[in-house]
Amino acid sequence: MSKKSEIGPLDYARRLPLQLWVGVVLAFMYLPLISLVAFSFNDSRRTIHWEGFTTDWFVKLAGDDSLIEAFVNSLTIALIATIFSVVLGTLTAIVLWRFRFPGRGLFDGVITLPIVVPEICMGVAMLVFFGSVFPWPRDLPWPFDLGAIIISHITFCFPFVCVVVRARLASFNREMEEAARDLGASEVRALWDVLLPHVRPALISGALLAFTMSLDDFVITFFTAGPNTVTFPVKIYSMVRFSVTPEVNAASSVLMLITVLLTVIGIRLQGKDVASLEG
Amino acid sequence: MSDAPTALGGRGGSRTFWLTFSAPLVWIVAFFVIPLSVIWAYSFGRTLGLTEIAITGTLDNYARVAEPVYLLIFVKSVWFAALTTAICLLVGFPYALAMTFASARGKIWLLLGIMLPFWTNLLVRTYALMAVMRNEGYINDALEAVGIGRVEMLHTNFAVIVGLVYVHLPFIVLPLYSALDRMDRSLIEASLDLGAGHISTLFRVVIPIVKPGIYSAILLGFIPALGSYLTPDLLGGPDSQMIASVIERQFKRANDWPFGAALSFILMYLTLILMVAMAIRDRRQARAQEQAA
Amino acid sequence: MSEPMIRFENVTKRFGSFIAVDNVSLEVEAGEFFTLLGPSGCGKTTLLRMLAGLETPSEGRILIDGVDVTGVAPNKRPINMVFQSYAVFPHLNVADNVAYGLKIDRVPAQERATRVQDALRLVKLEDFAHRMPDQLSGGQRQRVALARALVKRPKVLLLDEPLSALDAKLRDAMRAELAAIQQEVGVTFVMVTHDQDEALAMASRCALMNRGTLQQVATPSDLYEYPANRFVADFIGTINLLEGTLSTDEPDHAAVQAEGLDAPIFVNHGVTGAPDSRVWVGIRPEKLAMVPATQPRPEGPAALPPANVTQGTIIRSAYLGSVTLYDVETQGGATFKVARPNGERMADPALPAGESVYLSWEPTAPVVLLT
Repeated sequence: MSKKSEIGPLDYARRLPLQLWVGVVLAFMYLPLISLVAFSFNDSRRTIHWEGFTTDWFVKLAGDDSLIEAFVNSLTIALIATIFSVVLGTLTAIVLWRFRFPGRGLFDGVITLPIVVPEICMGVAMLVFFGSVFPWPRDLPWPFDLGAIIISHITFCFPFVCVVVRARLASFNREMEEAARDLGASEVRALWDVLLPHVRPALISGALLAFTMSLDDFVITFFTAGPNTVTFPVKIYSMVRFSVTPEVNAASSVLMLITVLLTVIGIRLQGKDVASLEG
Repeated sequence: MSDAPTALGGRGGSRTFWLTFSAPLVWIVAFFVIPLSVIWAYSFGRTLGLTEIAITGTLDNYARVAEPVYLLIFVKSVWFAALTTAICLLVGFPYALAMTFASARGKIWLLLGIMLPFWTNLLVRTYALMAVMRNEGYINDALEAVGIGRVEMLHTNFAVIVGLVYVHLPFIVLPLYSALDRMDRSLIEASLDLGAGHISTLFRVVIPIVKPGIYSAILLGFIPALGSYLTPDLLGGPDSQMIASVIERQFKRANDWPFGAALSFILMYLTLILMVAMAIRDRRQARAQEQAA
Repeated sequence: MSEPMIRFENVTKRFGSFIAVDNVSLEVEAGEFFTLLGPSGCGKTTLLRMLAGLETPSEGRILIDGVDVTGVAPNKRPINMVFQSYAVFPHLNVADNVAYGLKIDRVPAQERATRVQDALRLVKLEDFAHRMPDQLSGGQRQRVALARALVKRPKVLLLDEPLSALDAKLRDAMRAELAAIQQEVGVTFVMVTHDQDEALAMASRCALMNRGTLQQVATPSDLYEYPANRFVADFIGTINLLEGTLSTDEPDHAAVQAEGLDAPIFVNHGVTGAPDSRVWVGIRPEKLAMVPATQPRPEGPAALPPANVTQGTIIRSAYLGSVTLYDVETQGGATFKVARPNGERMADPALPAGESVYLSWEPTAPVVLLT
């Protein structure tokens, strides 16, 4: 018998061909990203060969006012959109989970549409809406000039929050709420005291989902942004279109770092939440 | 509304209902239903002036799609999306399989492995591919080193397909994984026990059983791939345009809103037809199971 | 002696640092209905799955009909299994499920059809051949699983908790039917169960496991009447266990001074234990006789007159229909469970709690356990 612990018939993950396959897939997914980050530290204008380590490109980024402005815009939009999305998404989830009412099926369908509608369709719809139906005033002070983008972002983010919260609600033990009511809590109070703690992990993951989606969105923003309301992805797009430069590498690295950080925070928070729930 | 809303299980007053219902309802109608309806109406309209559009009920905009230029782009978009979905399925299925049968820890890492790029900005991912595939990029360095010589890859249809696969792989892997993970493992064991080999079991048992999961994976990969804008725009050449680029042009440059609206609604109709077909199938299955129970 | 159908030779299975099966050696003869019994997590299912080839032993060998199959893949073994979840393929109808294994073996269509038909007849599902599994009840699905396994004419049929998912009535019916089917086809059956009634009722022999080790392999009655140790005695049925000291130990009899009793326990079998060692005496509740203390004290065995009698007080009773169960506490603080058959409909009212009683038993009743 081999020393190595035996591979059972169903241990597919431990079979060499499959492991190789997984390795190739992961390499395909990660090598481009890794090389992108690596070359953001390359001391060469023409980013072909490794010339030495430098942080110059990041310094240059920090000095680029229009890029910083775009970055601040993106974070602001993401933050506001997240807050609204979590509230709206949670309300939607509770309504659909708790009540039966005429048109419930229709509402359910319409609420799911923003998830499946092609981005380009939603983008042009928003372009037309804010162009001719409900023109967003051009010269509002910051951050109100970002309103059209924020509204669009909320519209495509909150259905995702709703999906996440609904999944969590399905595991809620209704007797908990009944117990709270039995002990004297009003209906709203019971929801607040018992339901909310139960869905908290979903609120956290929903919020993180909304934040990343808002931060990442290019297509819909591209159609709703005015000339003075540039977001980070839109700014990078204008830089990327024509050439591969170390500045873009550096900017992309920053964006990736944010994604990784958010993921780590999310996993940490969720882990803690689950742990505290399980006692 | 004539009927009063009732809470499931007979509790919950209408005050709570309206308290929770009004905000989402207003939002979705004002900022989603109305914008889409406007576009839909425009798709039956005619451009009068620079921004003036008359809704005449004409079907000309839809008819224009049959013009060879647009038809070609349409067919090509569907072909690209289908090819992407097929490649993603082939690449993703073994990955999902490995994920399903990995240890609890391995599962988390493999899930993270596929999700982290998914959460990374689309633009960043596309840009990373541009850097790798351009003439001075790695792949061409490698090709030259082995003596094949540099191949023009960026700004070709090949690059678009690679990019679409790169972007949509997670959409395919996740539903496949959830279908495989839900499957009762003793079904595989039973098949082995009855004498079938692993490959035979895969085709005779696993794939037929996870078929619904495969269908939703196809749907979840095909729909966004069909509407891709950024990937063909950045990675493709002049002949790799997909529908979204044409739509964008109508709104941002050509200023032919009604035609753009018709194009985007054809995309919408396609999406909706696929979704409804899926929903009907799911419901039929659920009903069949209910009847049996 | 002929070669046993199944032989486990020093089989051990580890999952990481957890030892699921610890150095098990076991033989099962051809044509037996053998059950593996034990509490959950005792390793019985792992043992069965190693037999099926679904787990690979960490150490040791497994032979089937004299052939070493330790490293043989599950699909190459002359063994078939009925899974706990039945594992009926949801995308195939009943007939196709049963035909699955034959198709894999490339059995010609003609023969296949006949064999499927026969198998369905055996499990009384002839009329359900074209049903889909989601249109079947749990019991019917199990029959499909049974037919699907038997149709391949395996040397050994494995059953993993086959009755646990059925409701009580169906379970009883299925028990009898499984036993009948085994008689009819004559295949060696190995069944895993955690239900002792099931194991005792169906098996020709039974292996009781705990924490990965074999506790005893015996016929059902031997397992009940002659348990090898306290775990077996306690797991199978109800038993009164008394701790005591071995005072006399001869080839044909022994005596134990048990704690809490006013007289020694006398048994008519020898115990190969060291004198004065700690032992346990087990007496089944139905082997105790109980009379009110108003009657004369029973005399006990002629060899040791005061033995095998003790006085106690009824603490509580539970009327269970065919029997009444009493809890009796002795003056020394030992408690007994006593089962009294309700032999007559107009029997005296049950003895009330607080009643003082004499308990007595025959020298053949107790069993002395060293571990």
